[in-house]
Amino acid sequence: MTVSCKGYSKEKLERMKARYTGKILSIETKKTDMPIIEVAPEGVVEFLQSIISEEGFEYNFLSDLTAYDFNPPVSKVPDYDLGSCRAEGDAKRFVVVYHLLSLQNKDRIRVIVRANDGEEVPSVTSIWKSADWLEREVFDLYGVKFANHPNLRRIMLDDRWVGHPLRKDYHIKKYQRWEDSLEMTSVGFEE
Amino acid sequence: MLQKTDAEAKKQTARSDEFDEHDEIFEDSKINVNIGPQHPAMHGTLRVMCEVNGEIIEKSECELGYLHRAIEKIGEVRTYHQFIPFTDRLNYCSALQNNIAYVTSVEKLMGVELPKRNVWIRTMCCEIARIIDHLICVGINAFDLGAMTFFLYGFHQRERAYEFIEKLCGSRLTTTYTRVGGLMSDLPDGFLRDLSDWLDEFSEVIDEMDRLLTGNRIWVDRTKGIGYLSQEDALSYSMTGPCLRASNVNFDIRRDMPYLAYDQVEFDVPIAKGGDVFDRYLIRMTEIRESVRILRQVCQKMPGGPIWADDKRIRIPDKDRVHNSMESMIHHFKFFMEGFDCPEGEAYCPMEGPNGEVGFYIKSKGGPKAYRLRIRAPSFFMFQTVNEAARGCSIADLIAIIGSVNIIAGELDR
Repeated sequence: MTVSCKGYSKEKLERMKARYTGKILSIETKKTDMPIIEVAPEGVVEFLQSIISEEGFEYNFLSDLTAYDFNPPVSKVPDYDLGSCRAEGDAKRFVVVYHLLSLQNKDRIRVIVRANDGEEVPSVTSIWKSADWLEREVFDLYGVKFANHPNLRRIMLDDRWVGHPLRKDYHIKKYQRWEDSLEMTSVGFEE
Repeated sequence: MLQKTDAEAKKQTARSDEFDEHDEIFEDSKINVNIGPQHPAMHGTLRVMCEVNGEIIEKSECELGYLHRAIEKIGEVRTYHQFIPFTDRLNYCSALQNNIAYVTSVEKLMGVELPKRNVWIRTMCCEIARIIDHLICVGINAFDLGAMTFFLYGFHQRERAYEFIEKLCGSRLTTTYTRVGGLMSDLPDGFLRDLSDWLDEFSEVIDEMDRLLTGNRIWVDRTKGIGYLSQEDALSYSMTGPCLRASNVNFDIRRDMPYLAYDQVEFDVPIAKGGDVFDRYLIRMTEIRESVRILRQVCQKMPGGPIWADDKRIRIPDKDRVHNSMESMIHHFKFFMEGFDCPEGEAYCPMEGPNGEVGFYIKSKGGPKAYRLRIRAPSFFMFQTVNEAARGCSIADLIAIIGSVNIIAGELDR
């Protein structure tokens, strides 16, 4: 009893594979609720641009854009997270996830792009305006840089923040202070 | 795709007239106005910095993050059950919807089949949450523009709806009603009878509210053509929910990709062509009526039977057994302290929340905690459109626009 993407037509995936040979690195259908299509970073904009209007697919709606830290440096991961983190060989560190929705065909796919720390992923702001803030959020919390983004700066956190908190090697209790932060004084009955 | 509507054309001519007039009188009289983060007319801690020429906003920049509590990070260090109360704190106007969207993703990961009664109770919860959320949105939107009576009518009914949530789970805002594979408790006696009595009363009040505001000249003048977003823009900005349907896109996840029991109830999906504040208001008012219609069907069709899925991995032991048998007590403690193991996999179960698509993307590498928990919050996408919609409007209109997209800061900043 695990998650599966039954109900998704295999024939459609075969067609997609045939149409985008060279662009699609792999299609994963096990242990996921919708097919995961891996694309190389340099081809992602072209692929997403093309699949918007490709007949039979029409994935024209960017439902969500996010990322996760797939292969963190395990020696630096805090204890509380060691259970779920493990070394994944030489797999790239970050995975950027695009959730696409087809309004016409009413189905969804998940497109992923892998990137190492410091590597740039092309921005999709030229295709969807919503990608602007979403990519800023990924940059803020994971430090994945997006090439050709018009305004890539922090969105959730203060501009002076050091580090990227959703990385697995960032401790959840770590806090940061600045010169103008108010001094924490004891308030109460004691002097 | 969409022809320019009359409203937009009119608005553009009005805009250019205004610009000319202002340019003559106040040449280079641009000043920066900062609204928020602590401002009574801002819905939560939002900040909008505007560059105004006279009273017309020429450029604006939104800032968020004042309520950022790292809920996604917390999701990675808490077990699946421990995270349920955090979902209440996202969109606190429709906490039940968040509870349901979250546990559905976990259930999908674990391959749990829900019993019928559970599915129908969850459908009912979603619709009560939708009514409350829409009442708050239209009520506060009108209140910001000065229509206080409308707001009080709405809030009186919202209070009545909260009574039902209170009967379900004992609390009003922070519900934590769902469990993975089940619910906190079954419906109390006479719940559905009371609910259908209230629905009769409520549909009269909603008609009254409709008569009070929809044809009101002041309201129409303040909202028609304000905050216009074209169909292309709405799609490009990934708007979902009532705001998307107000921009002439016929899409509703409940109807087009059914989940829970939505394929067994009848309802209509309203769409409008204006894409402005007024049309968003109309869509919300119509959706409240449709929710009432769905709730009536739920009251009739509610099946009997268990509310818990028959799955040993996630079943919480009954309280009388916990207190009377040692094995159950051990099971109880292990369950809540260590959590249950979730198989490897990824799941994203989007639902049509009151505001738009609500979904939790969970990546699991096994074990009792999520490896990555992403919250797809509609407010984040809505707030992004404010810059575009506010260009050329006055500051007073900006307040109307922010009210109409219904931004909840808890969900926006996560």
